[in-house]
Amino acid sequence: MPRRIVLGIRGVGHRVIESVWRLGRASRFFMLMLLKSGISLRRFHLIIREIYFTGVLSLIIIVVSGLFVGMVLGLQGYETLQKYGSESAVGTLVALSLVRELGPVVAALLFASRAGSAITAEIGLMKATEQLAAMEMMAVDPIARVVAPRFWAGVISMPFLAAMFSAVGIFGGYLVTVVLIGVDEGSFWSQMQNAVDFRYDIVNGVIKTCVFGVAVTAIAVFEGYDAPPTAEGVSGATTRTVVTSSLAILGLDFVLTAFMFRGMS
Amino acid sequence: MTSETLVEINDLNFSYDKRAILKGINITMPRGKVIAIMGGSGCGKTTLLRLIGGSIAPSSGYVKVAGQVVHELSRDELFQMRRKMSMLFQFGALFTDLSVFDNVAFQMREHTNLPEAVIRDLVLMKLHAVGLRGAHKLMPAELSGGMARRVALARSIALDPLLIMYDEPFTGLDPISLSVIGNLIRRLTDALGMTSVVVTHDVQESLKIVDYVYFISEGVIAAHGTPAEVRDSVAPFVHQFVHGEEDGPVPFHYPANSYASDLRLGNRFA
Repeated sequence: MPRRIVLGIRGVGHRVIESVWRLGRASRFFMLMLLKSGISLRRFHLIIREIYFTGVLSLIIIVVSGLFVGMVLGLQGYETLQKYGSESAVGTLVALSLVRELGPVVAALLFASRAGSAITAEIGLMKATEQLAAMEMMAVDPIARVVAPRFWAGVISMPFLAAMFSAVGIFGGYLVTVVLIGVDEGSFWSQMQNAVDFRYDIVNGVIKTCVFGVAVTAIAVFEGYDAPPTAEGVSGATTRTVVTSSLAILGLDFVLTAFMFRGMS
Repeated sequence: MTSETLVEINDLNFSYDKRAILKGINITMPRGKVIAIMGGSGCGKTTLLRLIGGSIAPSSGYVKVAGQVVHELSRDELFQMRRKMSMLFQFGALFTDLSVFDNVAFQMREHTNLPEAVIRDLVLMKLHAVGLRGAHKLMPAELSGGMARRVALARSIALDPLLIMYDEPFTGLDPISLSVIGNLIRRLTDALGMTSVVVTHDVQESLKIVDYVYFISEGVIAAHGTPAEVRDSVAPFVHQFVHGEEDGPVPFHYPANSYASDLRLGNRFA
């Protein structure tokens, strides 16, 4: 029995050390990537190419999900608000929920599973098929040439995707409440215009999306670069990207919300 | 070191996790020659290439390429040196997101300021040398194994290196592709005046094209000589290797307990 306990404690210790070690490696990798970003920022076409793959190709899933989320928000909001006779405030509800929370968070979650996993799998497979080693041997640094462009493409794409998500979501809410149910169009838009503040709501939402963009793509590129060069290793890394970045998004969202909207009326 | 020597490996030792992989290797590679390094799977051949390329540092001893000790170079100096050497990976390691043309042009675009028109001509010339000028628009996924290896070869000669290292260039090829790659290695080495190091366990194909052979076994150089000397060698290891015999100095069986005791036959047959 005592032997089991010792083994158990040792196992826990091993895991903790392993995680801290990995966190250290990730931080070092992140700093290295920032230091080596100069080349890809100077040769911007490298980033534009990746923006197409991570950003433009994610548009479909973002737009469709945004539309449905907005429509559901409109329906649910109308259901509740009409009990109090304030169904014309449904525009405010849809817009604030989307711009402050759902837009950044849901778009980032979708981005993590659509683009983040793809980035990890691609970099992991490039490693497994020795493409990164080949690049090293050609005196080209893979962190500067492969990793940094993908990172910056993700960081740049994320705010635009979230903005698109919120805009389409608001349109979805409009479709359901105004066009379908018949809420007054004038009060829908004017109440929304009065309630949504540019500095507090929109800018804070954009800040959130930028933070999520950095978190998701940094996790995705690190997991890909750090993946063991086997089929099993790459699949494990892809799963970890989605799980870790989803948790990071939700955790960071709470922290950011607490700082941004605390004590606001 | 004479001026004719490009690579000098001196008393090279390398250990991984306290396990000695290479023990006291001495090899000299003259310019303009094709040198084969042979040995069974896992004997440290690829490790040797990685030591020459500077991907890993030796535990002791040194590798000198063109007069510079590889593991003492800073990262910038190492990258400078790597522009003069290149490596052909086992399965080509072509960049799967770039076309054949862009793969060959990769290093020219990364390391030179050549105008695109010049790069185009150079790339087509390199591809012509490996017989794949007509395939320059294809993507790596559309190539057969042998073609991919030839494109990788064209890519590795893109900047006219002094030294090319081939990591198992013959693995998984059909007989025709095999001799095509073998002849290309010989022809390109002679035409460009470079030095080629071929790590392989394909004895028959490599003996046709190389100038000198080193056998590595259990981390040491077991034998070396010209192809003719190797073919006629009576040294047990070389003989077993060259003729592909099942048993010999390299045993068929992995070390194990006695067969009888593993099958729990007691003392009946022991």
